[in-house]
Amino acid sequence: MSNEEDDDLILSELPDDELVPQMHDDLYDGMADEIAEGVDILLERGWEPYDVLTKALVEGMRIVGIDFRDGILFVPEVLLAAGAMKRGMAILKPLLVDSGAPQLGKLVIGTVKGDIHDIGKNLVAMMMEGAGFEVVDLGINNPVESYLEALDKENADILGMSALLTTTMPYMKVVIDTMKEQGIRDDYIVLVGGAPLNEEFGKAIGADSYCRDAAVAVETAKEYMARKHNQL
Amino acid sequence: MDLLSKLLAENEWLMADGATGTNLFNMGLEAGEAPELWNIDAPEKIRALYDGSIHSGSDLFLTNSFGGTAARLKLHNAQDRVRELNKAAAEIGREAADAAGRPVVVAGSVGPTGEIMEPLGPLSFAGAVEMFEEQASALIEGGVDVLWVETISSPDEFRAAAQAFANLDAPWVGTMSFDTAGRTMMGVTSADMVAMINEIPNKPVGFGANCGVGASDLLRTIRGMVAAKPQQPIIAKGNAGIPKYVHGHIHYDGTPELMGQYAVMVRNAGAKIIGGCCGTMPEHLVAMRKALENTPIGPAPTDDEIRAVLGDFSSASDGTGDVAAPKRTRRRRK
Repeated sequence: MSNEEDDDLILSELPDDELVPQMHDDLYDGMADEIAEGVDILLERGWEPYDVLTKALVEGMRIVGIDFRDGILFVPEVLLAAGAMKRGMAILKPLLVDSGAPQLGKLVIGTVKGDIHDIGKNLVAMMMEGAGFEVVDLGINNPVESYLEALDKENADILGMSALLTTTMPYMKVVIDTMKEQGIRDDYIVLVGGAPLNEEFGKAIGADSYCRDAAVAVETAKEYMARKHNQL
Repeated sequence: MDLLSKLLAENEWLMADGATGTNLFNMGLEAGEAPELWNIDAPEKIRALYDGSIHSGSDLFLTNSFGGTAARLKLHNAQDRVRELNKAAAEIGREAADAAGRPVVVAGSVGPTGEIMEPLGPLSFAGAVEMFEEQASALIEGGVDVLWVETISSPDEFRAAAQAFANLDAPWVGTMSFDTAGRTMMGVTSADMVAMINEIPNKPVGFGANCGVGASDLLRTIRGMVAAKPQQPIIAKGNAGIPKYVHGHIHYDGTPELMGQYAVMVRNAGAKIIGGCCGTMPEHLVAMRKALENTPIGPAPTDDEIRAVLGDFSSASDGTGDVAAPKRTRRRRK
């Protein structure tokens, strides 16, 4: 149980170097109202929207991701945290666009043709959004054309493909092979995931990486985006 | 008394069926197509699916209705056909079982809605109960002996199914899928499931685990349930090994012999209803039945014995016992 002193914590009275760690904790606990309040306070204090995003929100979700990876947090807690993150993002998004701040990256995601299972894909989409990525969700049962059209139209950085059925996982290779044929494979980071997949399969079909779960997907996407930025 | 309870009282163990999806794909089901539509469009194939289990020695089989909730059928624009498709699945099953020449239980398969429940997602408890009840009542109308909810991750969704079955006053069993380091995707451990069952007012005839990762993990889950002293018989339906990508197609690495060994080991671990899940074909079931009949019940297998026969676990721990991960110190708690 919480003690009274903690409940009476007033965010606006905390100095920056206490407020930011407090926001990490509040994200961890999925406290959406408190995150929205914290974002507003930092902005009022003159913080750049991009700094609020990276130092308060993305950093907080990074900690959530670590504990999810390590089996300390599970999907329900992560969804709550991602929900709180989203509330903060709703405030920051218009400001980020106005200020021309660098984007973390844009992801096009969908379950492959023939596959109607979408919980895993939905979790990845929510967590990627929670980590600050822009996400275009194509839903289930996607043929190669809809992936390619969306990548082009959305000017995306990353393609995420998901399959739950062993009968549908080979379709990921069809998509990647088509990208190769059209000479656009290397324009995108291709991440694949889904219960029956593994590292070996990801390599065999020519994906950049297999992501075991939503937290790994976020970390992998960040790594590849950092490498991409370094190349520019 | 319902047929499943009766058979459980008369036998030391029962053998369930194998995979539905893997078998139907082998019969030509197109990926992306809803298997439930075949209950109307290709009933002879569904009959062949059920007969495959019956002729391999299964004491019970699950109907082709896993995706038969309105939420799943909606993805195929068939949300208005819940009653028709589920009733047909059950009717074909009833006919097949009644022609078996021995008592065979028709279990009405009920799978997850695929939706995330409130407050994390959009599906309310009442909404889930309503969908499960709609499906279950059609299965009963079609003649199933017992309702069988399977592959569930969320405790709330499991409770919603139990509530729906209570509303219909029907016998039921339930299994969850433990696929994330020994827990369900939503964090439920084997011991948590036993505790949850103990709190559900309308008790299931049996409960347990299905699908998940490989047979090794499933065995560990069953041991975890038995250690928590369950009041009902335990059900084990493990996958036939782990899918591998070989020469452009998918192959499960569990041979019939290996599934026979799995069946014996999981019975030694304390399971009373033993079957397979993804990748389990009639030839696996035949090997399982033979192994179960020809091997006396022995002591529960150790971790090392499981590893040696069925391969390594997917994670070091399954979240039960004294392995609670260190919690971060929070400044403010919920």
